[in-house]
Amino acid sequence: MMRWQRYVKIIVGGAILLTLVICGLAAPVLAPHDPEQQTLANRLRPPSLATTSGRYILGTDNLGRDLLSRIIYGSRISLLVGAATVIVAGLFGCIVGAIAGYFGEMVDEIINKTAEIFLAFPFLLLAIAIMAFLGQGVLNLILALVLSRWVQYCRVVRGEVLSLREREFVQAARALGGRDMYIIARHVLPNTLPSVMVIATFAMAIVIIAEASLSFLGLGVPPHVPTWGSMLSEGRTYMYRAPWLTIFPGMAIFITVLGINLLGDGLRDILDPKLSRQG
Amino acid sequence: MLRRRIIGAIPVLLGVSFIVFFLMHLAPGDPVNLLLGDAATQEEVERTRREWGLDQPLVIQYWEFIRRAAVGDFGVSLRYGAPVSTLVFERLPATLELAFASLLIATIISLPIGVYSAIRHNSLWDHSGMTLALIGVSLPNFWLGIMLIFFLGGQLNLLPVAGRIEYGIDIHPITHLYLLDSLLTGNLAGLWSAVQHLLMPAVTLGTSLAAIVTRIARSSVLEVIRQDYITTARAKGLSEQAVIWKHTLRNAMLTIITILGLQLGALLSGSVITETVFSWPGVGSLLIQAISTRDYKLVQGVIFFFAVMYFVINLLVDLLYMWADPRIRL
Repeated sequence: MMRWQRYVKIIVGGAILLTLVICGLAAPVLAPHDPEQQTLANRLRPPSLATTSGRYILGTDNLGRDLLSRIIYGSRISLLVGAATVIVAGLFGCIVGAIAGYFGEMVDEIINKTAEIFLAFPFLLLAIAIMAFLGQGVLNLILALVLSRWVQYCRVVRGEVLSLREREFVQAARALGGRDMYIIARHVLPNTLPSVMVIATFAMAIVIIAEASLSFLGLGVPPHVPTWGSMLSEGRTYMYRAPWLTIFPGMAIFITVLGINLLGDGLRDILDPKLSRQG
Repeated sequence: MLRRRIIGAIPVLLGVSFIVFFLMHLAPGDPVNLLLGDAATQEEVERTRREWGLDQPLVIQYWEFIRRAAVGDFGVSLRYGAPVSTLVFERLPATLELAFASLLIATIISLPIGVYSAIRHNSLWDHSGMTLALIGVSLPNFWLGIMLIFFLGGQLNLLPVAGRIEYGIDIHPITHLYLLDSLLTGNLAGLWSAVQHLLMPAVTLGTSLAAIVTRIARSSVLEVIRQDYITTARAKGLSEQAVIWKHTLRNAMLTIITILGLQLGALLSGSVITETVFSWPGVGSLLIQAISTRDYKLVQGVIFFFAVMYFVINLLVDLLYMWADPRIRL
């Protein structure tokens, strides 16, 4: 692959992610209307640039709420759930994986078996199961997704640490009297960073789709919070009368996930050429 | 190795059963109160608690759960009033039919694109194939399903948008897989209706799988193409066709088939969303109905069933892979 192609992926993917971040952070400034404001006189208005009785660029929903504003605010949930899950699951999975790989033997055996148990559940099914019993809520959603995602980090980091612990620099740190936890934090974990960054990027895309899927099923955040998944679910009822209610939130999810996957592809090509050759 | 793998499955299955059992206790508040609602009398609550064994210590509850689960007894669904396992097995053929159809569609789409992309590595075809795969893996399947319903079902009126078969068409049940049953009984009207109903859900469920397999097929073929024995095959004057079909694909297929097998388990759980979008009467939509009516026994049973099935399929694929590739046994 040509060098510039890798950077094009990173630039395009990064630009899409940056747009999402800006939308999320500056939602009150960017949104033309209050996402909760209901104007029944304007219900199911098609997308239009006309300004008579207010401009609704992407149209309105069945309660007369501005779709563009709701999509902009919806990016907050996707971003929050995506970032929080990736960070928490990443930290937890990496630490546990590093401990398993570094200490080996019994510790490794226990952590490995626990990871196998979590891997026995298909990813989305475990999240659905947890949400079914915990109930709706942002924190519950993040917890459900963290519990479903930490294993991927754990597995990859464990594998890397198994080989890293035999390397000279780790042996040297040990010979100099470094404590195990210090060696893991200072020498071992930083060396797993390239792979972790690649997994984290792809994981973010997966988590955003998962959050939207759970919200679509009514198992995500509470109904009053605008999310892309719940907008799609609500819009489905009016699919033939008001197709924009399903087209635009879906496009928002698709473009975001596409951007993050592009970024992940680009990062993988640069940071982890071994993985790059595989796909 | 084989024995170790099978014995190693026992603690994993016990762990899975523990998580599924524990899920019930995650629910905020008393599950019996939640289920029966505020209108229930104290007597009703106590009776249900006794019936469910919730008045026993947790360890005994768990022991009772695995003892019953081992023989497929997950209790009775409160909404349907029927045993959970009966409900699951009634719906299973629909889910299996959908999963296999998706697997077939994904294979038909992904293999030619992936293999040809690898053979024409770095060409326009390769880049287009990989771009398609990237789009496929980024498409949320529920949105794709809704869009297919809107365009193919609504605007163009080409395909039915819900259910497994047209109302009024009967298929004599043999396996309960409508495609197979209609073929076996020579029911062409039933076959045509079943195919039409299956097409959109199967494409919806199979798209992301097709994208994943395209990438894996490409990388597996690329990996094999770089091997010395391929260079040798070319050096001894074999035609390119022979090199690709006899030497490259044969060796690359092992990985591809393994991945397809492993994805079958994932498809079963992915069916939860697709079945909901298309009102497909399978185990996935049963789970969502059970969640919305707080039928906890049914939720527990379906989740345990899916997890065990996923685990067993993965284990079987692993064992088949070990059997097919002697290098792994060493």
